[in-house]
Amino acid sequence: MHHTTYMKAGNTDDAVARMADGGQLLAGGMTLIPTMKQRLANPETLVDLAGCGLAGIEDQGDSIRIGAMTRHADVAGSDLVRGAIPALAALAGGIGDRQVRNRGTIGGSVANNDPSACYPAAVLGLGGTVHTDRRDIAADDFFTGMFETALDEDEMITAVSFPKTGKAAYVKFPNPASRYAMVGVFVASAVDGTRVAVTGAGSDGVFRHAGMEAALDAGFSAGSLDGITVDADEMISDIHASGDYRAHLVREIAKRAVAAC
Amino acid sequence: MPEGSIKDGIGASVRRKEDKRFLTGSGRYTADITRPGQLHVHFIRSVHAHANIKAIRKDAAAAAEGVVAIFTGEDVAADGIGGPICGWVVTNRDGSPTNEPPHPILANGAVRYVGDHVVAVIAETLEQAMNAAELVEIDYEVLAPVVDLAHAGSGPQIHENVPGNMYFDFELGDEAAAAAALDSAATVVELEVRNNRLIPNAMEPRAALAEYDPIDDSYTLFTTSQNPHLTRLVIGAFMLSIPESKLRVVAPDVGGGFGSKIYVYPEEAVCTWASKKLQRPVKWTADRSESFLADAHGRDHINKVRMALDKDNRITGLRVDTVANIGSYLSAFSVVTPTILHAPLLSGCYRIPAIYTNVKGMATTTAPVDAYRGAGRPEATYLLERVMDTAARQVGMDPAEFRRMNFIPKDAFPYQTPVALQYDIGDYEPPLDKALEMIDYKGFEARRAEAASRGKYRGIGLSSYIEACGIAPSAVAGALGARVGLYESATVRVDPTGTVNVFTGTHSHGQGHDTTFAQIVADKLGVDIGSVEIIHGDSDRIPFGMGSYGSRSLAVGGAAIAKAVDKVIEKSKIIAAHLMEAADADVVFADGKFTVAGTDNEKGFGEIALAAYVPHNYPHDRLEPGLEETAFYDPLNFTYPSGTHIAEVEIDPSTGVVELVDWACCDDFGNLINPMIVEGQVHGGIAQGVGQALLENAHYDETGQLITASYMDYCMPRADDLPNFKVDYTVTACTHNDLGVKGCGEAGAIASPPALINAVIDALAPLGVTDMSMPATPEKVWRAINDAQTEAAE
Repeated sequence: MHHTTYMKAGNTDDAVARMADGGQLLAGGMTLIPTMKQRLANPETLVDLAGCGLAGIEDQGDSIRIGAMTRHADVAGSDLVRGAIPALAALAGGIGDRQVRNRGTIGGSVANNDPSACYPAAVLGLGGTVHTDRRDIAADDFFTGMFETALDEDEMITAVSFPKTGKAAYVKFPNPASRYAMVGVFVASAVDGTRVAVTGAGSDGVFRHAGMEAALDAGFSAGSLDGITVDADEMISDIHASGDYRAHLVREIAKRAVAAC
Repeated sequence: MPEGSIKDGIGASVRRKEDKRFLTGSGRYTADITRPGQLHVHFIRSVHAHANIKAIRKDAAAAAEGVVAIFTGEDVAADGIGGPICGWVVTNRDGSPTNEPPHPILANGAVRYVGDHVVAVIAETLEQAMNAAELVEIDYEVLAPVVDLAHAGSGPQIHENVPGNMYFDFELGDEAAAAAALDSAATVVELEVRNNRLIPNAMEPRAALAEYDPIDDSYTLFTTSQNPHLTRLVIGAFMLSIPESKLRVVAPDVGGGFGSKIYVYPEEAVCTWASKKLQRPVKWTADRSESFLADAHGRDHINKVRMALDKDNRITGLRVDTVANIGSYLSAFSVVTPTILHAPLLSGCYRIPAIYTNVKGMATTTAPVDAYRGAGRPEATYLLERVMDTAARQVGMDPAEFRRMNFIPKDAFPYQTPVALQYDIGDYEPPLDKALEMIDYKGFEARRAEAASRGKYRGIGLSSYIEACGIAPSAVAGALGARVGLYESATVRVDPTGTVNVFTGTHSHGQGHDTTFAQIVADKLGVDIGSVEIIHGDSDRIPFGMGSYGSRSLAVGGAAIAKAVDKVIEKSKIIAAHLMEAADADVVFADGKFTVAGTDNEKGFGEIALAAYVPHNYPHDRLEPGLEETAFYDPLNFTYPSGTHIAEVEIDPSTGVVELVDWACCDDFGNLINPMIVEGQVHGGIAQGVGQALLENAHYDETGQLITASYMDYCMPRADDLPNFKVDYTVTACTHNDLGVKGCGEAGAIASPPALINAVIDALAPLGVTDMSMPATPEKVWRAINDAQTEAAE
């Protein structure tokens, strides 16, 4: 690791100001720290968000608002989340391992938009909203490509809101080595219809599958997906799984998610 | 516990003495050691698989903060420092020797794999060394890599003196006899298999810390070694050309090796060399990425197999043509592993009248490949047990019964195979029967049907293996090309108060020698296991040693300890006879007491020890004072563990995921000293075999980049990949060591991959699937199912 200066931000404004000065936000560090240890990222300044008061889960009536610095283990163990959106609690409980779940945060995961991360599937699948220091961004507008989001250079996530729904499920087919999602599908029955979000598979990162959503709106059953095709050319293809195998898995795992709803 | 009790003796599952320090983080590993004034070295490694080095510009780095020295291959050459040697070579089919290219400890002129050592940057701190390394500029002329093993011979030549990229062209057996058997066979079974390349992944990365003492011109090297005396020999005599007596090599606690820490590597030699040049200690600890890139890898064979059966389905002949990937340089045992440790195992536990094999060892621009848990025997067992199942399926026999009818019968021992080995003893049916019973073989079809009702394909697979451990009779090894002897030494030093120190030339890097060896000594001397200390891993304290690998520690090192203890007992008897005024022949030693037959005279072992060191009343005319004996044991033969492993799997056809649902094994390791430790070895071995069969694969892309260079991409087995193992044993005691032991460290890794792949194929056989390569990843299995269904539809 290169030399770096560690500082703690006291609140959101402080953090944003330090980011404007070139600071790199640290929101758990489950990706950033290993990358720094490999010398692939060399920030001069780390701005730790742990003291910004951004952790916590609030019931907002029709939705749940989860502070950006809320750790996966806290989401997984939250009675509020488990009662209102059990699929979200289960997803959080399946991220990484115990150590990761006790350090990693929802804001860090969503901002990073790793194509194999679980949380983006929940945000997109539930039609959530990403709150930042300056605006609210709908999930459909937030994820713009692999490791790419709608966030401005100096913009910071403060919370993520999820509409409540009991009819949702996330099923993950883990990469055998990393146990990140090789294919993960979040299916939810939302106010505007069924949403199907796929992570781990798409070469542009997390995406919704319109064909599956339409089929499920016509009839919500796993069998409805039998005739659906997923474009293998739009899938990641690597040593772990070719594009056509991933395309097959997307439909298969989606069926399991539907069955689990 | 009173002296004389053998509660913790041979056969007891004593808890491991060493685990307290390992489990509480109190182990002392090389990286834990700090010497005053130590420097840190960071190696700049090649980013290309194959390239000429045109220029290295190091001025900016040399001026960087904290930098003390920057060395390149030119500095190594200027000082006349040699490279690691190949410890065992073979003679080619045409009588010519193995082609041995130079292996400089820092690349000189060319790099030959991604990870090859190019520049050593030495600084006050590791961070400074790493920062400075980023300032070193290396101009490469990139050359075409050689990655595809099957076509390595037609690739660009990697070493000047290795034409056709072939290090050696070895053969064993009777080619004409095997051809005749195949020509006259009622059935010929053909199979081509790939033994996938593995990366050892010891929990502790390699490390070295070298210190030079100018007062007496001597060196101390702390290093992660499975055999510190060999490291001393190679670095002292062959690399640095210093007197062996001026180099002390200490291998303290070592966190796993699986073979990868047998070999002498460039890094530890660089540290030793630099420690004198700089007159300061030099330390290196590999990070995990370096372990992936530059630890010797394992396996990587292509085997073409042809087996002949007569009309009664008895095996009459076998021919195996192997291409083995040796990698970019000849590591210490890279030549012996696919030849001497592989070809003689091709008879397995079967009576095969005619066997012939040819092994071509190829150079590629990948990391060196060497022995990895099992070393040649897993490769032999895999191809043989795969072709056994293929043959049984081809002739329509039950695979268990096909094996049984071809077993070497128990009354045929000692049994001379057509591939050099003579098995001293074995009995292969009892472990087969026991394993079949443990897994409920008879009930399998019902389980298959039940699984089918849940939409799963269930399969069962066997592997009846034999292996050769306890390497090796030195004379035999020498005749076969070994450049070392393969005995083991032990010194047993009894203190005046009767406590016992055992100095063994083997090395424990997780195997539990502190406990197993202490049990042997406690049992033989009738003393408390707590009064026996096992000392290993320090060339200044141990008489000599060949180290631990090839499941040899107990069969060879333990046998040496037993011999040394016997010498102690013999001397003690004479002292006891003197003290009790009896004839030597009348003294009996049992349960820690010396007694005289027909009297009530007795002396405890502790009393004799005291008399030996306080020799006021002592047979000075016959004995020297003191109680310390050394034995060197050179085995008369290999030992031959054997057994049957059976795997049961369920496959989800919609994803191709293979779930390992049951495992039963019955092994014959001869006598067991500590059954709990043996069971641990079996579990660990199976886990590594499951890794090879389902999960692990070292993957280089076509440019020679190692794609699986971290745990994100290289899939290690985890606890939840494994079922509970059902483990049992039969015993035929080894006939040629006093303990009757055979060795157990590698059997699980040797036996398990073919059992698992046979089970996968069995599950898919109803669809018409006849082959599956390792690792059987979900995609491969899913594709095999799809292809079979497509073919059936056409």
